[in-house]
Amino acid sequence: MNTIDARVLDIDLEAEANRIAARLREITSRDLKRRGLVVAISGGIDSSVSVSLAVRALGAERVFALILPEHDSSDDSAVRANILARHLGVQVETFNIGPTLEAIGCYRWRDEAVRTAVPGYGPGWKFKIVISGGVQGRINRFHIVAQAPDGKITEQSLDLKPYLQIVAATNFKQRIRKTMEYFHADRLNYGVVGTPNRLEYDQGFFVKNGDGSADVKPIAHLYKTQVYGMARHLGLPERVCAAVPTTDTYSLAQGQDEFYFALPWPQMDLALWALNHGRSAAELAPAIGVDVPTAEAIYADIRAKRATTRYMHLRPVLAGEVPELHF
Amino acid sequence: MLDLQCIKSFVLKNFLFTDDANALSDSTSLIGEGIIDSTGILELVSYLEESFGIKVTDEEMTPANFDSIQNIAAFIGRKRPD
Repeated sequence: MNTIDARVLDIDLEAEANRIAARLREITSRDLKRRGLVVAISGGIDSSVSVSLAVRALGAERVFALILPEHDSSDDSAVRANILARHLGVQVETFNIGPTLEAIGCYRWRDEAVRTAVPGYGPGWKFKIVISGGVQGRINRFHIVAQAPDGKITEQSLDLKPYLQIVAATNFKQRIRKTMEYFHADRLNYGVVGTPNRLEYDQGFFVKNGDGSADVKPIAHLYKTQVYGMARHLGLPERVCAAVPTTDTYSLAQGQDEFYFALPWPQMDLALWALNHGRSAAELAPAIGVDVPTAEAIYADIRAKRATTRYMHLRPVLAGEVPELHF
Repeated sequence: MLDLQCIKSFVLKNFLFTDDANALSDSTSLIGEGIIDSTGILELVSYLEESFGIKVTDEEMTPANFDSIQNIAAFIGRKRPD
């Protein structure tokens, strides 16, 4: 059996870019019957590659980019998104969804739940949610990390009820963004592009009817390593290619692996690839620098997240058959 | 035994929307059978902490402790030796 390393993820990037572009043309024309594509760009690697592939497929004049910051977005995200939009020559509109989120209660519901765990929490504080347990073979539990205005950081476990309320409130961000994307898509008679990579799609790291909603998802089959490779292959600006994945959702800077994935993405890619190709935990362990029980725990964590997030992929389930509408 | 009945009643009502004790055996793998996912385990832990006056530590959050009604009852028994 061959050794597992990053080379297992090597693909012919030019051929794959052309194949995806051809599929995007076909899907937009034949399946969606729309005249172009809307892509919300965050300055992160996934939306940058997705919008670039949309431009390769349809041309810049048929791609509409949206930059949708809110109060907790990093300023650098919008800067990178603007650099990319200029690089691609697409039409771009920036709309700050912060006031909409305020009006709908996003920040109020969120802060109320945070205060149950961190009593002094208020203006000037920052926080993030982190998970722990999965890599140790345990059931994941959530912790909240809060930074007071004086810089002091505290971490404590987060009960399920406030955790669910914080997530529900912050999910407004992805859902309001999607509402804006569909407004412009309807206005222009365009389709909406969803931008998950394979890790996010497989592990359910998206908001149902938020960023999980789309008409087409052109890179959902690509591992994150391949998405970074594609960004370089497509010649995207260096600041975009070097972007570090963050959730850009919480006020305290947060890596995706802190919040959701068991490992940093290069190792997660290899673990997911190895599981998908029937490789044993003993084969995976040396490839990602862990012992065999830890590799087994990572496999279990991947399977558990698939099970827990299965409902996120489900279309609305009918209680009776409507056979005329099977697509 | 009383603990086991309380836990089983909670699982039946909260996750399966039934009070039919035959819907679930005491040894059924709750995770393996897809009855409870990881969010459900956290909900179960909240119930156990509130109802039995215990605190479940991070180290005790293992699938083995929560994988069946029997296992959960045994875990509570160990946490409450009296």
